[in-house]
Amino acid sequence: MMDTLLAILTIFTQPELLLLVGVGTFAGIYIGAIPGLSVTMAVSILISFTFSWDVYPAISLMVGIYMGGVYGGSRTAILLNIPGAPSAIATAMDGYPMAQRGEAGQAIGVTTVMSFFGGLVGILVLALAAPFVSDFALTFQPRDYMLLAVLGILLVGSLSTGSLVKGIFAGALGIAIGAVGRDPLTFTERFTFDLQLMEGGISFIAVMIGMFGVSEALLQLQNVNLKSVRQKIDKIVPSFGTIRKYLPLSLQTSSIGVIIGALPGTGGDIAALMAYDHAKRVTKNPKVPFGKGAMEGLVAPETANNAAVGGAFIPMMTLGIPGDAVTAIMIGALFIHGLNPGPMLMIDQPDMFWFIVGALLTANVFMLIFGLTGIKMFTKIVEMPRSVIIPLILLLSIVGAYAVNNRVSDVYWMLGFGVFGYFMRHYGYPLGPVILGVILSRLLDDNWRRAIISEREDMGRFFDGIVSSPLSLVLFTSVILIFFSQTPLWAALKTRLFGKATS
Amino acid sequence: MDPEFRGDSDHHDGTSDATPGGYSEQRRPGELGFALILTAASLFLLYSAYGISGFTALSGPGAIPMATTFAMVVAAGLVALRTSRLPKITTETLGRDILPGMVILFIGFLIVFGLLLKPLGFVPTAALFLTIAIKVLARQGWGYTLAVALGSLIVIWIVFRVVFTVLLPAGILPEAEFIQFFRSLLSGGVS
Repeated sequence: MMDTLLAILTIFTQPELLLLVGVGTFAGIYIGAIPGLSVTMAVSILISFTFSWDVYPAISLMVGIYMGGVYGGSRTAILLNIPGAPSAIATAMDGYPMAQRGEAGQAIGVTTVMSFFGGLVGILVLALAAPFVSDFALTFQPRDYMLLAVLGILLVGSLSTGSLVKGIFAGALGIAIGAVGRDPLTFTERFTFDLQLMEGGISFIAVMIGMFGVSEALLQLQNVNLKSVRQKIDKIVPSFGTIRKYLPLSLQTSSIGVIIGALPGTGGDIAALMAYDHAKRVTKNPKVPFGKGAMEGLVAPETANNAAVGGAFIPMMTLGIPGDAVTAIMIGALFIHGLNPGPMLMIDQPDMFWFIVGALLTANVFMLIFGLTGIKMFTKIVEMPRSVIIPLILLLSIVGAYAVNNRVSDVYWMLGFGVFGYFMRHYGYPLGPVILGVILSRLLDDNWRRAIISEREDMGRFFDGIVSSPLSLVLFTSVILIFFSQTPLWAALKTRLFGKATS
Repeated sequence: MDPEFRGDSDHHDGTSDATPGGYSEQRRPGELGFALILTAASLFLLYSAYGISGFTALSGPGAIPMATTFAMVVAAGLVALRTSRLPKITTETLGRDILPGMVILFIGFLIVFGLLLKPLGFVPTAALFLTIAIKVLARQGWGYTLAVALGSLIVIWIVFRVVFTVLLPAGILPEAEFIQFFRSLLSGGVS
């Protein structure tokens, strides 16, 4: 118990780490707020810059950016009607109408406090649940890990819009990209096409920066001339009465956030939209209708997306399976620092886990402080023209891709995946599953082979194993259900069971 | 919950996985072509995956690659089939909405950047890139362009070299001597 507390407090014993979390949170708020800069992009570029650092400072910076960035997107959503980050899409729908009524200050104030509250709930659940989950995870068989990885990739595809088929394609592509190079067990070449360049595999950092940095910057080229309207801001700190009024709703939406965040693969953007939808259903008589500036429409997505941060760390720390795209990248960062997230990390190095909890808590407090101050300066910086931001993102992407291995070929990989991701975005293919696939490829491959070897290469015995273990059975059923829910068969079944109205 | 509800059209620009771009009921220009290319590429990858270890063993190095590329073929094929049935959007064109000249130009810039990075060095290449890119995008005078481009480059260079100690190709610029000069200047001041 004492050790745990000490590990959480590590961050306060080293002013340098505290400073890094602070700087990270501050930077994160701006990165999240500036449209076209996303947290995923920032963290993927940062990996390559911090890989020569020690692991604690690197993690401190990334945790700060993650926490700040998820919150920061709400600012521009409220002030400019442009969600600065994907997780703030729902926030704009009621935040901007409030700002138009001259209530921007109040909207920002409530958003900040609620984000803090949601973040706190997420971290508490992480701290309480993760140790149990990791104990439980020790009993997981290789086949369970394999099923979990498949489930994670499928979940992003099915919970987001568009078609699951495109999500499956993206996830499978990611796994294939992750398999490029020499197989670690048999040293056989896979997808190398006899090119020496491919033997070492494709740098996952180049893939990430390309997909999230370059493709987004190229997409933003079409919005270069988007002009913004400035809003008047006053009275930021909300009254205690206001906060108490929305506390019950925020507890519900925080829970949604944590759960969606903890599901492998899904993060703040999906959590926020689901929470918004929930608030719309449970609020019977909103003072102002939804979409016209309802406070409930602000509280719900903002608590949920920050709660999802803590939630996303649960599968990452306990199973080594990322909760969302940002934690997928953080797993990459831990790999680079020689750590292997999963139940063994929780047992061998519990300090690492508690340090992350401490860093998240600190980032959450910093977010509250920075959120309620410095808004005047904020509006100036955010109005930085895109004609400057886009070239800078591209430059940072190039440096980031190059810096890891000092190879120009990585720059071209990044560019290739950037252009590819650009088309994927245009045609509605989700990018999250690709990154998840790349990160999970090795885990999936290893665990499948371990599972099937232990069953003496017999598919019948393999399925026997699945059916006889409750956990495997639940996971397997979930995978099948997600598949099934997307087929026409399911829609037909639903109409027969519940009548036409529900479909 | 309405499974299709993911925010309204005003806040839907395809940057998030919760609201990927594209339209569910219509086909964008080039969408079918993209889906067909993906199908063909997936087939080729499946063939390549078969070549790894074939059907020799379920635990072979080619098992997962074959399974995933097979999933890719099926998924891409389904997408192509569905896309081909959708009505085409009449208001968009490939050249204006999907691949405008500006995007092609920037892809070209990045290719050239990669080519020049080693021989010319990071600082001159980046200065060139930023100046041209900002000039093209902002359409302001040379004074503004140069001030913004070089100003931000200095900040970036300091952050990378000093804070993150990232090694970038020095090229024609005597970067190391430059840093050494300042180090000795600073340490001279301290001692």
